[in-house]
Amino acid sequence: MSYVPNTPEDQAAMLAELGFSSLEDLLAPVPENVRLRRPLNLPPALAEPDLKRLLSGMAAKNTNLDTTISFLGAGTYDHAIPSVVPHLQRRSEFVTSYTPYQPEVSQGMLQAIYEFQTMVCQITGLDIANASLYDGATAVVEAVLLALGPGGRGEVVISEGVDPQYRTVLKTYAHARGFQVKEVPTQNGVTSLAALDEAVGPETKAVVIQQPNFFGSVEDMTAIEPIAHKGKAVFISTITEPASLGILAAPGDYNADIAVGELMSFGNPMSYGGPALGFMASKQKYMRLLPGRLVGQTVEEGGEKQTGYVLTLQTREQHIRRERATSNICTNQSLLAVGATIYLAALGKQGFRELGELCLQKAHYAFRQITALPGYEAAFSSPFFDEFVIKTPVPARQLTRHLLQKGIIGGYDLSQSYPGMENSMLFCVTETRTKEDIDTLVQALREIASSQLSEAVESGVAGGKGA
Amino acid sequence: MSVETLIFEKGAPGRRAATMTAMDVPVEPIEDLLPANMIRKEAAPLPEVSEIEVVRHYTHLSQRNFGVDTGFYPLGSCTMKYNPKLNEDMAALPGFAHIHPLQPDETAQGAIQLMYELEQYLAEIAGMARVTLQPSAGAHGELTGLMLIKAYQESQGQGHRNLVLIPDNAHGTNPASATLADYKTIEIKTSPASGGIEVGHLRAILDEYGPNVAAIMMTNPNTLGLFDSNIVEIAQMVHEAGGQLYYDGANANAVMGITRPGDMGFDVVHFNLHKTTSTPHGGGGPGAGPIGVKEHLVPFLPWPLPAKGEQGYYWQQPEPQSIGKMRANMGNFGVLVRAYTYIRTYGPEGLLHVSQSAILNANYLREKLSQDYEIAFPLMCQHEFVATAGRQKEESGVTALDIAKRLLDFGMYAPTIYFPLIVHEAMMIEPTETETRETLDEFINVMHQIAEEARTNPEIVKTAPHTTPVGRLDQALAARKPNLRWQPGQEITH
Repeated sequence: MSYVPNTPEDQAAMLAELGFSSLEDLLAPVPENVRLRRPLNLPPALAEPDLKRLLSGMAAKNTNLDTTISFLGAGTYDHAIPSVVPHLQRRSEFVTSYTPYQPEVSQGMLQAIYEFQTMVCQITGLDIANASLYDGATAVVEAVLLALGPGGRGEVVISEGVDPQYRTVLKTYAHARGFQVKEVPTQNGVTSLAALDEAVGPETKAVVIQQPNFFGSVEDMTAIEPIAHKGKAVFISTITEPASLGILAAPGDYNADIAVGELMSFGNPMSYGGPALGFMASKQKYMRLLPGRLVGQTVEEGGEKQTGYVLTLQTREQHIRRERATSNICTNQSLLAVGATIYLAALGKQGFRELGELCLQKAHYAFRQITALPGYEAAFSSPFFDEFVIKTPVPARQLTRHLLQKGIIGGYDLSQSYPGMENSMLFCVTETRTKEDIDTLVQALREIASSQLSEAVESGVAGGKGA
Repeated sequence: MSVETLIFEKGAPGRRAATMTAMDVPVEPIEDLLPANMIRKEAAPLPEVSEIEVVRHYTHLSQRNFGVDTGFYPLGSCTMKYNPKLNEDMAALPGFAHIHPLQPDETAQGAIQLMYELEQYLAEIAGMARVTLQPSAGAHGELTGLMLIKAYQESQGQGHRNLVLIPDNAHGTNPASATLADYKTIEIKTSPASGGIEVGHLRAILDEYGPNVAAIMMTNPNTLGLFDSNIVEIAQMVHEAGGQLYYDGANANAVMGITRPGDMGFDVVHFNLHKTTSTPHGGGGPGAGPIGVKEHLVPFLPWPLPAKGEQGYYWQQPEPQSIGKMRANMGNFGVLVRAYTYIRTYGPEGLLHVSQSAILNANYLREKLSQDYEIAFPLMCQHEFVATAGRQKEESGVTALDIAKRLLDFGMYAPTIYFPLIVHEAMMIEPTETETRETLDEFINVMHQIAEEARTNPEIVKTAPHTTPVGRLDQALAARKPNLRWQPGQEITH
């Protein structure tokens, strides 16, 4: 199996024209002391039908969420993908093109990205947006680097309500780049305003808050904003669950300077977490500091002056500015941005709001049902969107196993990221979960709690101890 | 010339495409669920269009875009090879596409196995001890590699090393990544004779700055398409000075099964899976930039790493010296599935044949084009080479940009132009192994015709393209008065 079209005869003829007799002759510039004189130790080639069998078998070993009910969110969200999205996104003229350096033959991708930038502005309520970043976590880093400015030194304040993975990534970059990260604790599932007020000082360069935060809780951004802005800091709002923007106030509404986050769940499959789709939107004043590609509208030179689209403000970028670039980003996530654009066009103004409402209502129905069960209670009383934390009668780690035995992928075990939260599970209910799915979960939770209780009674562990 | 209006200018109030799932749970007033100040007051002004309008619009846009499936794409250093359809199908299997990154390991055995095995394949191809699949693109891999070098040197009491050496023909991401990792850069000159690193200059720099040199970043073959045959000597010099060697794998399509960065003396290497292993570029991503490292850097790799135990595959807990994480989750898995499929398609002999064939196609073009164009370094090349429009510019004022634009009229994409920066009027050409001899001959003929036009009718070249959906666009206007988004009331010019 090979995608090299030229036959040995073709290649022999080409070699002859160059005065060579074998492919080996072409390798003369590679010195003998670095030549690999053995075949690579890799499995042998497979034909297409055999590979399909092999990979279908590997794929079948994964429990996929088309056939299994899942209540996992925690940064990656399962939103339904209308059929039009993959059909259009996978058109090979988009898929097999490079970054649109030659605009005359890349108008399709450029215009789609211009539409993407516009839609990101529309949902975030901010002035401008870039063409995409790797993922939500690196988008937070890029926003922080923008806030820190050249040299990249200074202090950043981030809420512990921000996705733990994002904070780990920020700290990884911080160590290499040489800036400080100060974390602010949460209280009742939202950022502690008192602790935030204490943490933000005149030297703070950026304040990062997630909305809704990792616990699913809705932060009071109108109370946070004046604290974030009391000095010179850039106020960065992070959004990992963009469906929330259908119903929650937009970053522009609460005077965020920059919004960053994750749009993968709009039209793109979860794909085990990647490729993802980071985005960045900001106030106009940061235009020349933004990282990554930007598409701008312009007109033709000379005669006709027809509208067209180009990559613009490229003097910010690595291929022009090299060591003085605003970021090192080159290849980013264009095809996923096209997917999100088609998705948002397909949902439209009404559908986008309905999406938010569906997630909100279904999650609250699940919350009411679960908290009505004996042994399960709400961890916090803060408002939430489509995720919430439940205190569970058994460690969440154990609960995950029990649910799996009943064919359900449960929520996220918070003890993995928040030591001390052993009996806390973060449930996510998007519009893809039906009432029946939720009722199935509730029934399973009920059974697990009662069997745990009777086991405990039998072994004499419980029995009045907590009464 | 034609125009496609924006999606925002289409449709009518009340129109929609996607229908939403049923509201099958009891509904509570939103005001009871959310605080009033956090409820969105005005709906996001997204388009209101029907499904047929969405389909026609994005179909039209795709028709206004050129991809590898459309025609020849000789874009140097970008390795625009054919993207096999099989790979797309495999990545779209529900068992790969519809899985959540945080679902329990026992429910993702196939995914972890694939990543575990791909890591081993890439380590073997690179001659490295271990690989992390986490970086999202080449530049992200560069940054990861430099962070690993920094963490390693800090652990050795060498944290003061703050300089990264970069050849003057390097990709722009190299110096940008070095800056991001808080290094200063020093440029190393290219030898005018060999096209490789000027060893004397490197020695002088190492003599002066050696104790502060953290690393050198190299591409081999370099961006001139030339293999630096002094690589072993260079590696020895840098290592003796206490520095590490970073291999930019952008040009790895030239080396598979022929030579390995690890055997050349490199300590870190990144792959661009969207180049070497044929995963599609998608108009600017997604890519994937895994990095391989030698044994001494393994403890510093970002977490998690895939592992295999008695219970099956699992994600390892972080090592104490790990630098942390470079992104959320484990990597661009969908891209990794395609790369895995590609490597399994070819096997060891096949990958060697890929690189040999890429080198043959490039040398064939170099030889034939040298009749009309100057070649920056007229030596045997690897997978790419740099031609120039120097002769044409001198004779008739026709530039590399003009030639690039004229190529578009013949249904071919342009070479990478004005790069590397050290070559005037550069046209960097990389045909890849997936082109037929007939396509190469057609390109040669077109390039010959353009060279003729430059002599006899330069205006047609200088005003090109003539047949594309739009003509040359006003870049200066775009930068002077940036218009980065549509606003209501904004009309486009037909």
